[in-house]
Amino acid sequence: MNANAIALNLAPLLDVRGVNKSFRKPDGDELVVLENVNLTLRPGEIVGLLGRSGSGKSTLLRLIAGLDAPTGGQVNYQGAPVAGPARGIAMVFQSFALFPWLTVLQNVQLGLEALKLPEAEIRKRSLQAIDLIGLDGFESAYPRELSGGMRQRVGFARALVVHPSILLMDEPFSALDVLTAETLRSDFLDLWGEGQLPIRAVLLVTHNIEEAVQMCDRLLIFSTHPGRVVSEIAIDLPQPRSTPDPRFRALVERVYVEMTARPRGEARVGPKAERFAGTGIGTTLIHVSSNLLQGLIEAVSEPPYSGKADLPAIAQALQLEADELFPAADALQMLRFAEVEGGDIRLTEAGLAFARSETDERKHLFARHLLTYVALAAHIRRVLDERSSHTAPKSRFFDELEDYMAEEAAEQTLRTIISWGRYAEVFAYDDQRQVFSLENPS
Amino acid sequence: MRLELPISVLRHRYVPGRWDVIAFILVFAFFAYLGDTAHGLTGSLAHLEAQPISLDPRYLPGYAAQTALRMLVAMGASLVFTFTYATLAAKSRRAATVLVPLLDILQSVPILGFSITIVFFLSLTPGRVAGAELAAIFLVFTSQAWNMAFSFYHSLRSIPDELDEAARAFHLGPWLRFWRLEVPFAMPALIWNMMMSMSGGWFFVVAAEAISVGHTTVTLPGVGSYIARAIELRDLTAIGWAIAAMFIVILIYDQLLFRPLTASADWFRLEQESGLTPTRSWALTMMRRSRLLLLGQSMFGAVLLGLHRGPPRGPRPARASHGGGTRLGDAAWYAAVTAVVALAVWRIGHFVLGQVPLSEVGHVVVLGSFTLLRVVVLIALASAIWVPIGIYIGVRPALARAAQPIAQFLAAFPVNLLFPIVVSAIVVLKLNPNVWLSPLMVLGTQWYILFNVIVGASSLSADLKYAGENLGVRGWLWWRRVALPAVFPFYVTGAITASGGSWNASIVAEVADWGHRHLTAAGLGAYIADATSAGDFPRTVLGITVMALFVVVLNRIFWRPLYARAERKFRVG
Repeated sequence: MNANAIALNLAPLLDVRGVNKSFRKPDGDELVVLENVNLTLRPGEIVGLLGRSGSGKSTLLRLIAGLDAPTGGQVNYQGAPVAGPARGIAMVFQSFALFPWLTVLQNVQLGLEALKLPEAEIRKRSLQAIDLIGLDGFESAYPRELSGGMRQRVGFARALVVHPSILLMDEPFSALDVLTAETLRSDFLDLWGEGQLPIRAVLLVTHNIEEAVQMCDRLLIFSTHPGRVVSEIAIDLPQPRSTPDPRFRALVERVYVEMTARPRGEARVGPKAERFAGTGIGTTLIHVSSNLLQGLIEAVSEPPYSGKADLPAIAQALQLEADELFPAADALQMLRFAEVEGGDIRLTEAGLAFARSETDERKHLFARHLLTYVALAAHIRRVLDERSSHTAPKSRFFDELEDYMAEEAAEQTLRTIISWGRYAEVFAYDDQRQVFSLENPS
Repeated sequence: MRLELPISVLRHRYVPGRWDVIAFILVFAFFAYLGDTAHGLTGSLAHLEAQPISLDPRYLPGYAAQTALRMLVAMGASLVFTFTYATLAAKSRRAATVLVPLLDILQSVPILGFSITIVFFLSLTPGRVAGAELAAIFLVFTSQAWNMAFSFYHSLRSIPDELDEAARAFHLGPWLRFWRLEVPFAMPALIWNMMMSMSGGWFFVVAAEAISVGHTTVTLPGVGSYIARAIELRDLTAIGWAIAAMFIVILIYDQLLFRPLTASADWFRLEQESGLTPTRSWALTMMRRSRLLLLGQSMFGAVLLGLHRGPPRGPRPARASHGGGTRLGDAAWYAAVTAVVALAVWRIGHFVLGQVPLSEVGHVVVLGSFTLLRVVVLIALASAIWVPIGIYIGVRPALARAAQPIAQFLAAFPVNLLFPIVVSAIVVLKLNPNVWLSPLMVLGTQWYILFNVIVGASSLSADLKYAGENLGVRGWLWWRRVALPAVFPFYVTGAITASGGSWNASIVAEVADWGHRHLTAAGLGAYIADATSAGDFPRTVLGITVMALFVVVLNRIFWRPLYARAERKFRVG
C-alpha cells in the first residue's frame, strides 16, 4: 500500500496555518520561537519534525496538543480550531511522564477514567492495549520496576488506549539506549504497517536523522531562532527500510546537507544579521565541552578522513547523535577550526595545526581563536583588562546578553563561554561569588 | 486476544486470611474506642469539674485514649485545612498574594499564642464540654496545620512539567487530577510534615488540656491535665506513670499510623533516593495482605471515581486565557487587601498601645533578644554535639538503620514531660534558672538536627566514600573536605526546623512550675506565658507579634540565604 497516494486524496486531519509563538522576555521584548509555521497531516501519514535544539519543534507539538496556545495563526484539528487539550490527540513523552504511584494498568486506565467510560469497558480496553504493546504480565508492576524500554511501552499503551486519531511523539526513543530504541521503533512500525493501531496519523519530533528517515513518510526541517520550516523531504522508500540500503544512505545524506545549508535570506536586521556566528556578542552559544571539540578535531584529522569527513559517517564513528554533532561542528566553524557545508566537515589549516599540537600549544591556539572570533570572549577579556580590580560580576554580562536573547539562552551562553574561557585560560570564573577574574590558580 | 484478569484485579474470590483477622480486630477495636471516648463530649462543664483528675495510674489508659483522640481529630482537621487552603493558594494567583504571606506569619506565631482563642470557643457552647474540647483541639490544630499546608502548597507548585502535561493531555479533570496527580506527588513531603506536626502536637496537647487564661480554667481529662495535677502535687511517681503512658501512645501512633505512611510514601517517590533506608511496617503489610481492607480500599477508590464521574457534562468550555483576570480586577483586589491590612494594623496598634506604654515595647524587644541569644547558643551547642554523632552513625549503614527510627521517635516525644524532673533538679540544686531552664528549649528540637544529619551522611554515595579512602583522606581532612560539606544542606534543613521549634518551646521552657515554686528566666517566652496566664490580652498580643517578627526576620536574613547557598554550592551537575 502506498500511503502517500491515498493520503493526498483525503482531507487533512490536522492543519496548522501561519502559527507564531513568542514569549515575553523580562525586559518586555518578544522572543520569537516559531514563525509562520504551516503544516498539514493527512490520514495514513507519519510526518517527522527535524531540527536542532532551539528550533521550537517541541513547542509546536505542545501547541498542536492544545497544551499551550499560539500567539498567532491557527491549529485546526478535523476542521475545528484546537482550544485546550483536544480529544483524539494523544501524546508520548520523551521522559515517559508516567505516574510513579500508579501501576502499569492504572497508568493505562487513567486516560479512560478521565473520559468517564464505564468501568468494564475501561478494563477491557486497557488490557487490550497492554496486550497489544507487549506488556502482558506487567499489569501490576510500578513504573520504577521497569526498564526504560518497558516504561516507554507503557507510555505508548497509555496513548493508544484512548483511541486517538493523531499520535504525537516527542522524541520518544531518545531517552533509551540504542538497541532498545531500535526494538521499540520496529515494533511500532510493524503494528502501524499491519494496521493494528487505532491511530490514523503520527507526528514525530526527533533529532535523530536515521530514525526520522526510517519512520517517516515526510520530513519537515526546521531552522533555529526563530523556528521555521525551511524544507520538506518526501521519503518514499517502502517499509521495512534497511539502514545499509544505498537509497536509505542517500536520503540520510540529503537530510544532513539540508540541515547544514547556510540559512537563506541573510538580509535580516538586528544582531542576527551577522554573516558569521560569533562576530557580535548577541550570538547564542550552545554548550559544547572542550573535550568534545578536541575529540571531533582529532577524529576528523585522522585517517580515513584526513581532514575532511562526511557528517553522517563521523556521527556513526563517534556514536554522536545529531543534536550533539551539529552544535560541535558549528562551534568549530565559529572558531575557524573547520568549515561545514553540504553535509561535510573540513578542517581549516588552524584546525589541522590544533590536531598536531600538544596540550599547551592547543590551549594557546584555542585562546587566540576564541578571542579573535568569538566577540563575547573578547568582550569579557577587554572588560577584565580595563578594570583595575580585574574582576567583573557575572550579572554584568548576563544583563547585556538579555538584550539579545531569552534568559535561558543567556545562561547557557555564559556557561559555554566560561567553559571555553577556562579551557583556554583567558579568564577565570568563581561560581561561588559569581565573578569573572583574570586570576588563574597557579 | 487474551482477556485474563491479573490476580490483583480479581475481587470476587474472597477468602479471609490471617491478616484479615488482625485487621478485623483492629478496625472494630478502633470503632469501639471512638464511641467510648467521644461519649463524654455532651456532658456539662460543671459535671467535669466535679470529677477532678485522679493520679491513680488505673485511670491513665482512659486519659491517654482521650488525649490520643484529640490528636487524631486535630490531625484530620489539619489535613482538611491543608487540602483546601494550600490548593486555593496554589490555584488562584490573587488568593496566593494573601494566603502565602499569611501562612508564613501564622507559622511563626508561637503556638501558645493561640490560647487567647479559648474564651471564644468556650462561649460557643456555654457550660458544655464540647466547647472546651473544641478549644483544645483547635490549639493542637494550630501546632500542626501551617507547615503541612506549606509543604502541600510547595508540592503543588513544583509538579514536574511532564506530569502536568500528561495530565492535561489525557483530559484529567480537577477532581481526578487532585487525587491522581497532586496528592500522590505531595505525599512524601506531606507525610514527613505530618510527623513533625504530630510531635509539635504532642508537645502542645499536654499544655492545651489544662490551661488557664485569666479566670477561665479548663481541665479536660487527659494525660496533659494528669501531668498538671502531678506537678501541682509534686508527685514524681505520677509523672513517671504519665511518661510511660505517653511512650505507649506514641508507640501505637508510630506503628499504626506513621510507619505505614512512611513505608507507603516510598511508593510515591519519583526516584529511588539513596540513603533512605526503606521503612518496614507490619501494619502496611496487613493493609496490603488483608483482603478485607483491600476491599475497603477499592470501595474508597470507587467512591472517588464515582464522585469524579458525577452527572455528565456538556462539551468542555474553551480554556480561559493564561493571564487569568483583568488588570482592573487586580487593582480592586489589591486595594481591598491593602485596606483590610491597614485596618487590622490600626486595630491591633490601638488595642495594644491603648493599654501598654510605648516604653514596654522596647523592653519586650530586649527580652526577645535574650531569647534569641538562648536559641542561637543552644542550636550551636546542639549542632556541635549532634553533627559529629550524626555523621558517625550515618556512614555506618547498619547503625543508621537502627538509629533512624529512634531519632524519629525521640523527635515525637513531648519533652515537656521531662520538664518536672529538670525543674525539681533546679530547685533542689539551687541552680540559676536563667541558664538552666534554657536547655529545655532544645530538648525536643535537637533531634531534627540529628535526624537530618544521619540522612545526609548516609546519602554520601559509596563511590565518594571509596574515593576518599582510596586517596587516603583521613582524620580532620576527611571531616573538613568530605563529611561536613556532604551533610551541610541536610544540616541546614534540620537546623531551621530546630530553631523554629525552639522559639515555640521558649514559652513553655522559660517558665516552669514545681508545686508552688515558680521559676522564670528573663525572656520573651516567659513574658508571653505570664501575660497569657494573667489574662492580659494586649501584652500577649504584643509578645506574640514581637516573637513572630523575630522569627520572620531571622528566617529571612539568616536561614534563607544559608539555605540558598547550601543548595547552590553542594549540588552536583
